[in-house]
Amino acid sequence: MAQRVAIVGTGQTDHKSHRPDVSQREMIHEAVTRALKDCELSIKDIDAIIIGNMDHFESINYVDTWSVEGSGGVMKPIIKISTGGTTGASLAIGAYYYVASGMFDKVLAIGWEKNSESDTTSAIVTCSDPVWDRFSYSGAIPSLASEASAYMEQYGATQEDAARVAVRDRKNAMNNPHAHLRRPMSLEDVMNSPMLAYPIKLGDVCPRSDGACAVVLAADGVAQKITPKPAWFIASSVRHTYTWFGDSTNYNEGLVSLQRASSEAYERVGIKNPSEELDVAELYLPYTYAGLKYIEALGFCGPGEGARFVGDGHTEMDGKIPVNPSGGVISTNCIGATALLRVAEAAIQIMGKGDKRQVPDANLALATGFGGCFWSDVVILSGDRP
Amino acid sequence: MDNIAIVGIAQTKYERRKKDKTYLDLVYEMTTAALDDAGLTINDIDSVVTVSNDFLDGRTISGMAVGDAAGAYDKNISTVEGDGTFGAFYGAMRVLGGAGTTLVVAHSKGSEGDIKTVTNAMFDPIYQRHLGIEGITSSAIQANAYMHKYGITEEELAAVSVKNHANAMNNPHAQLPLDLTLGDVMDSEMISDPLKKLDCSPVSDGAAAIIIADEEQAKKAKKPPVWIKGFAHCADEYLLGDRDLADPRALREAAEKAFAMAGIDEPMGGIDVVELYDAFSYMEPLWLEGMGFCAPGKGAQLLLDGITAMDGTLPVNPSGGVLSAHAVLVAGLARIVEVVEQLRGTAGARQVKGAKTGLAHGINGPCGQSHCVWILSKEMRG
Repeated sequence: MAQRVAIVGTGQTDHKSHRPDVSQREMIHEAVTRALKDCELSIKDIDAIIIGNMDHFESINYVDTWSVEGSGGVMKPIIKISTGGTTGASLAIGAYYYVASGMFDKVLAIGWEKNSESDTTSAIVTCSDPVWDRFSYSGAIPSLASEASAYMEQYGATQEDAARVAVRDRKNAMNNPHAHLRRPMSLEDVMNSPMLAYPIKLGDVCPRSDGACAVVLAADGVAQKITPKPAWFIASSVRHTYTWFGDSTNYNEGLVSLQRASSEAYERVGIKNPSEELDVAELYLPYTYAGLKYIEALGFCGPGEGARFVGDGHTEMDGKIPVNPSGGVISTNCIGATALLRVAEAAIQIMGKGDKRQVPDANLALATGFGGCFWSDVVILSGDRP
Repeated sequence: MDNIAIVGIAQTKYERRKKDKTYLDLVYEMTTAALDDAGLTINDIDSVVTVSNDFLDGRTISGMAVGDAAGAYDKNISTVEGDGTFGAFYGAMRVLGGAGTTLVVAHSKGSEGDIKTVTNAMFDPIYQRHLGIEGITSSAIQANAYMHKYGITEEELAAVSVKNHANAMNNPHAQLPLDLTLGDVMDSEMISDPLKKLDCSPVSDGAAAIIIADEEQAKKAKKPPVWIKGFAHCADEYLLGDRDLADPRALREAAEKAFAMAGIDEPMGGIDVVELYDAFSYMEPLWLEGMGFCAPGKGAQLLLDGITAMDGTLPVNPSGGVLSAHAVLVAGLARIVEVVEQLRGTAGARQVKGAKTGLAHGINGPCGQSHCVWILSKEMRG
C-alpha cells in the first residue's frame, strides 16, 4: 500500500542570467541549504536524493555522482532523472515514488541548470531525430512558433492576446524575490520587442537562467512533525506522449498530452470544475501563447476561449484562478529546475509561505511541467491530508 | 516493504557492433521480448522507466528517442540516467508507490560513440578532464591502490578474467566467450598499468528489459516470479583523491542495507549466486569484499580457493560478467536478468544448480562511486 507523501520544505536560488559568483555545485548547494533551512532539517536527515538537469547543457556526465559535494549525496542513495523540460516535474514525481514506496521517509529532489555556461540551443537541437525531425525543428522556438501560428489561425487570437500573458507573469514576478526578470513589461513593450520566429517575439518567450531548486518530501507521520502545514501530494499524472515532432503537430487538437494528464489527475482528486475548485496554478508556460492554449487543455475554459479568459482577468492574482503568482517560466527559466520550481511554488502557496505572491487561503494547487516533444506532467497539491 | 517481483526479462546478444539495428530497434525488441516472457501485452504495463544517457546516445533528452519503442505512448514514463540497476530501482519504487506494473528498459550502442570521450566527461571539467582521465585510466589508479594496499598481484587479477571469459562460453548472450590461460591475460597489450587488454571489458552494443509487478500481479505471471528480497544504493565521495579507492564503503553500506532487508545475516551462507559489475578484472574481488563475502583484501583468495568458480560454493558471474559483455547502462540490468534466469532455473549451460537466492549489482560514476545491490529470491519476503 502506497505511503501518503507531502512536501515539507522548498528552497531556490536567486535566479539570474549569470551567476559567476558560484560554481555549478555551489549553486546546487545554495538551493539545498535553503530547502533544508525551510523545514529545519539537516542533510543528515535526508534518506535519498533525486537530481536532474540536461546533460549537454553543462556537459557533465553522471551528474548524480558528480554533484554529491553540492547535493549532499555522499554516502546516500542518489539517482539522476532527466526528461527534458519536464525534468523538474519528473524529479518531484520520482521523489514522490521514493517516499510512497515506504522505503524512504525524507527525500530531496533537486533540479538545476547553469545556462550561462552552456549553449542551450546547440544542445537542444539534438533532441530531435537526426534524419527525420532535426531539419524542421531545430531548437525550442520553431515548434512553438508553428503551434502559436496554428492557434491564431484556428481561433483568431491575436499577438496582443498572447502579450497579455507576459504582462501578467512579469507583473507577478515583481512579488517574487527569487525571480530572474523582475522588470515589468507593458503590452507595448512586448509588441515592440524583436521578432524571433513569427509570431514569437522576445517578450513572448522565456529567458535562460542560472538557478537551482530543491524540494523536501516526507512520509505521512513524519511530514506533520516537520511542519505544521505540509503540502500533500494528492495526484500526479504523466504523458510523455510523443517521440517524433512529426507526430505531435496536429496542433488543432489542443495540447493533447496536457488534456489527458490533467483529466486523469482531476479524476483522481475528484475535481470537476478546475477553474472554480483549484485555488492557484503554477503552469509551465514556456511562451505567451501557451498561456492561452494550455489553460484550455487544463479545462480552465473551453477551446478557443483562452484569450478571453485571460483578457477578462480570471488568471490575475485576484482572479478566479490565479496563474503563476511566482512570475512563471517567462520570468525565470533554469531548465532542469523550471518544472520543479512550479511544484515548489505550488507548495509554497499551500504552506502559506508566499509572502507578497501569496494567494490568500490557497488549499488546492496545480503545478505542471512541459517539455520534450509536447509532453506534459501534472501535480496537484493540497493542504488537506488525503 | 510489500512483496514485489520480477515477472519478465529479456536481453539481446551483446556484440561489438550491431550494424543492422538502431538503438530504437533494440529497445522495441527487448520491450516486446520482456512482455512475451511475462505473458503480458503492452496494455498490462502501467508505468515505464527508460534508462539512457545523452552522452552515449549523442542526443539531448535521450529518453525522448525511445519512448515510442518502449511502448510508453500515453503512459506514466520517466528516464533514469545511470546504470540499469538504478533505473530498475526507481522502477521498483514506482511499483511499491502504487504506479502499477512497470517496465524498465536500457540500451546502449558503444559502437556509435567514443567511450573514452563519454567517460572523460564524468570528471571535473576544470582541473581533471584535460589530463585525459577517463574510465580506464581512473580504474587503473583504483587497481593500483587495491594491489598496493593488500599486496595483490597482477596474476591474481588475471585469474578473474580467465574464469569469467570461460564462464561466458556457456552464455549465448556473451560477446567474448574465450578459452584463456593466465599467460594470455598477462601477455595481452598493456592499456593502462596495471590493466592489460584482457583485464578490461569490451565496448558493446546491447539492450535489456525487465518487468516488475506487485504481489497480486506477480502471482498471475506466466513464469515463476522472482521476488525482490532486499535492495539499496549508495554513493561515495566524488573526487578520487577524497576516497580510499581500495575501500568500497558505499558498496558496503548498500550491501549491508540490502542484506538486512532480506534477513540475511551471513552473506556467504545466504547467497547462492552473484552477478556483479566487473568492468575490470580487479573489480570482482574488490566488490566481493565490499559486499561482505570476505574480509578486506581477501577477495582474490576466494577465486584461488575455487569458491567463486562454477562448481564452488559461491559462483560469481556464471554469465561471464561485464568482462565478457559491457553495454554501458545495460550491464547492471543484465546482471539482474542473469540472476532471474538462475533463480528460475532456466540459465542453461551456465545454471548454478539449486540456486534459490542471488545477488545482482551495478555501479555508477568513476571507480564504482555509486553502487546498487539487489537480493533476489525464489521465495517471497516473510
